[in-house]
Amino acid sequence: MSNEATLHANVDVMVPHEIHHGEHHEIHHHHESFISKYVFSQDHKMIGKQFLITGMFWAVLGGLMSVLFRLQLGYPDSTFPWLEDLIGKWGKGGHISAEAYYALVTTHGTVLVFFVLTAGLSGTFANLLIPLQVGARDMASPFMNMLSYWFFFMASVVMLSSIFVETGPFSGGWTAYPPLSALGSASPGSKTGMDLWIIAMALFVVSSLLGGLNYIVTILNMRTKGMSMTRLPLTIWALFFTAVLGVLSFPVLLSGFILLIFDRNFGTSFYLSDIYVNGVGALPNEGGSAILFQHLFWFLGHPEVYIILLPAMGMVSEILATNARKPIFGYMAMVGSLFAIAILAFLVWAHHMFVTGLNPFLGSIFVLLTLLIAVPSAIKVFNWITTLWRGNIRFTPAMLFAIGFVSLFISGGLTGIWLGNSALDIHLHDTYFVIAHFHIVMGVASMFGMFAGIYHWFPKMYGKYLNNNLGYIHFWLTMIGAYLIFWPMHYEGLAGMPRRYYDYSAWESFKQFVELNRFISTVAMIVFAVQLLFLFNFFYSIFKGRKLTTQNPWGSNTLEWTTPINPGHGNWVGEIPEVYRWAYDYGKDGKDFIPQTTPVGADESTDH
Amino acid sequence: MIFVIAVIILVFLIIFQIAKASEYVAVLKGEERARKENNKVNGFFMIAFLIVGLIGAYWCNDLLVDKTLLVQPSASLQGEKVDSMLKLTLTITGIVFVITQIALFWFAFRYQENEKRKPFFFPHNNTMEIIWTVIPAIALTVLVVIGLRNWFTFTSDAPKNAMVVEVTGKQFGWIFRYAGEDGVFGKKYYKMIDPANNSLGLNWRDSSGINVKDDPASHDDIVQEQTMYIVKNKPVKLIIGSRDVIHDVGLSWFRLKMDAVPGTPTTLWFTPLYTTKEMKEKTGNPNFVYEISCDQMCGNNHYAMKGVIEVVTQAEYDEYIAKQKPAYYAAFPENDPSNLKKPIPVVSDTTKAATAKSNELLKKEKI
Repeated sequence: MSNEATLHANVDVMVPHEIHHGEHHEIHHHHESFISKYVFSQDHKMIGKQFLITGMFWAVLGGLMSVLFRLQLGYPDSTFPWLEDLIGKWGKGGHISAEAYYALVTTHGTVLVFFVLTAGLSGTFANLLIPLQVGARDMASPFMNMLSYWFFFMASVVMLSSIFVETGPFSGGWTAYPPLSALGSASPGSKTGMDLWIIAMALFVVSSLLGGLNYIVTILNMRTKGMSMTRLPLTIWALFFTAVLGVLSFPVLLSGFILLIFDRNFGTSFYLSDIYVNGVGALPNEGGSAILFQHLFWFLGHPEVYIILLPAMGMVSEILATNARKPIFGYMAMVGSLFAIAILAFLVWAHHMFVTGLNPFLGSIFVLLTLLIAVPSAIKVFNWITTLWRGNIRFTPAMLFAIGFVSLFISGGLTGIWLGNSALDIHLHDTYFVIAHFHIVMGVASMFGMFAGIYHWFPKMYGKYLNNNLGYIHFWLTMIGAYLIFWPMHYEGLAGMPRRYYDYSAWESFKQFVELNRFISTVAMIVFAVQLLFLFNFFYSIFKGRKLTTQNPWGSNTLEWTTPINPGHGNWVGEIPEVYRWAYDYGKDGKDFIPQTTPVGADESTDH
Repeated sequence: MIFVIAVIILVFLIIFQIAKASEYVAVLKGEERARKENNKVNGFFMIAFLIVGLIGAYWCNDLLVDKTLLVQPSASLQGEKVDSMLKLTLTITGIVFVITQIALFWFAFRYQENEKRKPFFFPHNNTMEIIWTVIPAIALTVLVVIGLRNWFTFTSDAPKNAMVVEVTGKQFGWIFRYAGEDGVFGKKYYKMIDPANNSLGLNWRDSSGINVKDDPASHDDIVQEQTMYIVKNKPVKLIIGSRDVIHDVGLSWFRLKMDAVPGTPTTLWFTPLYTTKEMKEKTGNPNFVYEISCDQMCGNNHYAMKGVIEVVTQAEYDEYIAKQKPAYYAAFPENDPSNLKKPIPVVSDTTKAATAKSNELLKKEKI
């Protein structure tokens, strides 16, 4: 409250050309209505929070889905009568039906990849951090930014509604390969559920593009005085490349979906050829290529994993440096490797398709380019580790999650070297090895990046601290749990155990993992419960958390910590501060930290 | 269920109360002091996690490795290359894994906050960065070269003496076709498919409406479901297709797989090394079978789409194939030469058998 008063008192000091018309309006009428402040807000910080909380909703739902299908995998012979109460005919007799199992797996994947780790992660932190860290009052277009959230919201509503249709939600896997996804007669989930799935995804693409364009423009054009590109914190670099990836690849996905809509509803044959469906007969479609969809899908699909991962990498770099009280090691190498990853992300998509009958020569090019990505990834890992070396490390919960991220990124990244090599992929493709690989490197690691970000910037979002002890419990249990769940899955994969199986008991080659599956399922449930503990901490602390008494609780250099504890719309009271140095002067010349806004002293060493 | 939820909530409340209480204690003790104590605890956990984690990884390997294919011989010549490459990759990535994880957690523990230490201002060092760009690049080059050499071997043309089997996936099972006596696969067209007696749509008769001509080469083709017979030490080339959605011929024991795509045939060839009987002895499992698992999500019965491969000796194979009747005769018993010799009773028998079989098929498909 006092902050708003300060803000108001300083209105006259503000330089008029520094503020947009919209903000001008709001500063003079600082009693915003509930609708304009919390619902149709154009303040990037509020939009970030909206993305975060919607993302949390989906994370809980998507996580709950994984608990349900893990129940089937871990306890295939037990019955759970309450399941029938919960999901009706899908859980008849206390058993999840195969149909429901596949619907759960599919929705879990779609929701976690797009709604949680894309919208929830990059949507949240791009919105929150870009204007704050580049020194801007808001995004280039706050209105477009608001639309971005509300398209995401609509996508969420449509996706949610698909769970309730009679024929069930889409159940053909999150990659939605046709012909399965194109033919309602081949799978009940491909009927209405798939229509809604495509509509939701199309809305999501719109949301992502509106957001992404805004992020790019803001970073390029709205940096404060002195904030050259090479002085940007690594979070911003990462979010910048993320946005570029999204803007260039999401439209391709949409085009793939549009062709799919045509095949589904208007009798075209883009993806369909020579199909005879049991109980229906021969379809008229001829001449299409089912593989075409996979090219279009993975042209987004692979950059998508970097869309998920890069923001986490950026935040982890920032958090590691801040809490090691040491500059990030090799800033330019970090930027360069982000750039290399962003470029290579577009050139590796067909490594998902080695066993589709792809031309072997084409496959070999993709092997080369895929393994090339390991080089910038290795650079990043070594630089993070060197950042810790001879630091003075403070283990805040954010720091713990950042270290956890690096550990998971190593573990999951190394198995990428296996799978990227087509001669090994021909054995391991679509086994549990792949599940282990991408859950560790992309799923859990990015989740850790997101947690790190939330713990680190929660004080900036709400002016309160999260409870530290709950944070420690949350981290250690999640860290241990994540390894317990996904590490043994490598062994299932090395036994050739295929993914997306409802039941393994009839298979002589894969039925030996009954106990392990039960163990994994049990740990998954515990880890899920631990996440609820985090959610409780989050919402409790918004209202009752320990109040922030200082502007800069972590002793950080970046610009967001120069704003008031509860910044209003427009972020800074008075003029936007000028920047004189990079963001990583920690421990320089014996000083603990030197914020970016401090002018370079005359006797300062010139190491950077 | 309610009980479980109640327990979870109770545990939550306890944890939360403890966490909240220790926050108050921290405030009373002085936040700075509490923070330093927490720092020590977490620093200790870092090193403890590393040690317990590495021991755990070893133990996990001990427990699970016998259940994987790592301890089983590859059943194909190509798979042996996969296995040796896999072991090399495991060694290289394993070394990197251990070194980097130890460095990460050891540094975290070793350089935890300490009032006496001044953090080392170390923004960059070109030599180090070049070293750890070049070393991974070299290691990866080795892996790429080995990988691509294998890849081009696997995907090269099958040897001339290879036997050829056509594999067709459908929801939810496998259909195998052998070329028959003439060694030529007859033409097929998906609109000729008849679930009663022509599951692959072989061109057995003229059908002017869809521009199909009877192809005599298809008359001696042998069509079997569920079980495929191949010969030990003889290369086999699979021509893989699908009748409906994308499936995948997953051959874990041979370390290979290939998608079955409707409209776009794919191929895969390999040389089986051990007969099914030999594998029963090698694995010590009397129930051992070579299973074909569908490895590409294909619908609600994806998990039950199983095929079986019987690897046999040439003699056993010859005996087996001699007993098989071309599928054509099941559909057109009047053209079966064996029926021409002994007319009426056998015809009705075969027809019955054919009808029974197609009924069974229909049932299966309904399921």
